[in-house]
Amino acid sequence: MNQKIANKRLIYVYIVRALMIISTLFTCSLVVFLIGYVLMKGLPNITWELLSTEPSYITGKIGILPDILNTLYIIIAALCLVLPIGVGAAIYLSEYAKNKKIVAMIEYAAETLSGIPSIIFGLVGMLFFCQFLDMKTSLLAGALTLVIMNLPTIMRTTQESLKTVPQSYREGAFGLGAGKWRMIRTVVLPSCIDGILTGCILCIGRIIGESAALLFTAGSAHVIHGFLSGLMNSGSTLTVALYFYAKENGEFEIAFAIAAILMILAFVINIGVTWIQHYYKKRRAL
Amino acid sequence: MKNIITVKDLCLWYGKHQALHHIHMDIPKNSITALIGPSGCGKSTFLKTLNRMNDLVNDVKITGEICYDNQDIFSSSIDVNMLRKEVGMVFQKPNPFPMSIYDNVAYGPRTHGIKNKVKLDEIVEKSLKDAAIWDEVKDRLHKSAMSLSGGQQQRLCIARALAVEPKVLLMDEPTSALDPISTSKIEELVSVLKDKYTIIIVTHNMQQAARISDQTAFFLLGELVEFNTTDCLFSQPSDKRTEDYITGRFG
Repeated sequence: MNQKIANKRLIYVYIVRALMIISTLFTCSLVVFLIGYVLMKGLPNITWELLSTEPSYITGKIGILPDILNTLYIIIAALCLVLPIGVGAAIYLSEYAKNKKIVAMIEYAAETLSGIPSIIFGLVGMLFFCQFLDMKTSLLAGALTLVIMNLPTIMRTTQESLKTVPQSYREGAFGLGAGKWRMIRTVVLPSCIDGILTGCILCIGRIIGESAALLFTAGSAHVIHGFLSGLMNSGSTLTVALYFYAKENGEFEIAFAIAAILMILAFVINIGVTWIQHYYKKRRAL
Repeated sequence: MKNIITVKDLCLWYGKHQALHHIHMDIPKNSITALIGPSGCGKSTFLKTLNRMNDLVNDVKITGEICYDNQDIFSSSIDVNMLRKEVGMVFQKPNPFPMSIYDNVAYGPRTHGIKNKVKLDEIVEKSLKDAAIWDEVKDRLHKSAMSLSGGQQQRLCIARALAVEPKVLLMDEPTSALDPISTSKIEELVSVLKDKYTIIIVTHNMQQAARISDQTAFFLLGELVEFNTTDCLFSQPSDKRTEDYITGRFG
């Protein structure tokens, strides 16, 4: 009797399904095309010489070793600062702070901060670190800018993983006469180490991918330095180098080679996150 | 018999709600005291006050006096961590730490400064034996405590509490999450532990209170209605409310 309605429904279902399949196909093909295009253009241009030398205007050679090193330095410097500060802040806010209203406000502010375009951090970093604190454009200024940028992320991910630690663990430790810090150090932190590590790796990803904030603060030199002198000097990371090679020098082969390297790094980072989560899940269930 | 804990005129408020009303109680050494009463009657709150676990709850106000070993536990000269070492606690749900069985038991001694491996081994073995779980876990001490069954986990938690050599053991419905066989094992264990420790146990199960305890306290709406030897309280309760409760007319 309601054949009409049933037919209508059937058509409706088919249309919706078709739309979903189309959007899925569109998304997938876009991703595959992008990855394929970058890898195809980039991989053939990655040579050992490119990876292991510095560029020279005299010979006209281009090498990205300084950029690789700079990326590494900036990751190390930024993480060394952001990790203790971010985790410390998270522990204080989650475990010690009494005034829940202020904590909620800080959390909200941190969330807002992590959504701000990175170029604004770059601008502030340039004015504050490079000019006011007189660091000039240097990797250190860049690293400090990245620290501010990533602090909310590390803090929030750590807080979230602190929340997943059952209250009964805390009670158990207190019940045995453990002080608060001992309880946190020996029971709470080990149980949320995977959350902290995941936050860390996501941070590394963001640092590798950051260009806007570093254009302002870290500069664009391609010179090999040691760690400390590197921090004091201007230097470009891989993403910044990509920008300069493509935009200023028109060296698209180099730009694509760097893009391919960055893509591979992103892939490795993703695998790292998955592996850590898997590893700790398994270890806990043992 | 000497009293190890004396409670005088204890009142406790959670915010504006008064959870305990003028409690007086003397707890003799090396005995088992059962706290019974319907849900929300304040028996767990009372238990948690004895080793100041209520400090962890926000907005708690306490008046009155609790003396442990002739010392006021609320006095500022008391180190609350030392108090909790002396007055240990076993929780309602087994809560082993996500570490190995060995590390769980060694956690307390390590907290209190014992680092010597030989000494720790001894303590771990002794505690596990005292908690009647040694034979079941001696071959897998370094496996995760999470791999144990619920009843085993609870006995591990008892071993963990015993490892710091407390004088008093507070047990907050330690068998409510366990099956009957594990429950009887723990009841048996509690009766044995009485020789060395003073045990205060909250229980929902009146048969359990009658089976294992020396004296029983009946709480209702934050008041201590009746406190007497278990035999007396169950055979000839002096208060009408106690009689109604133990005969199952409410609760």
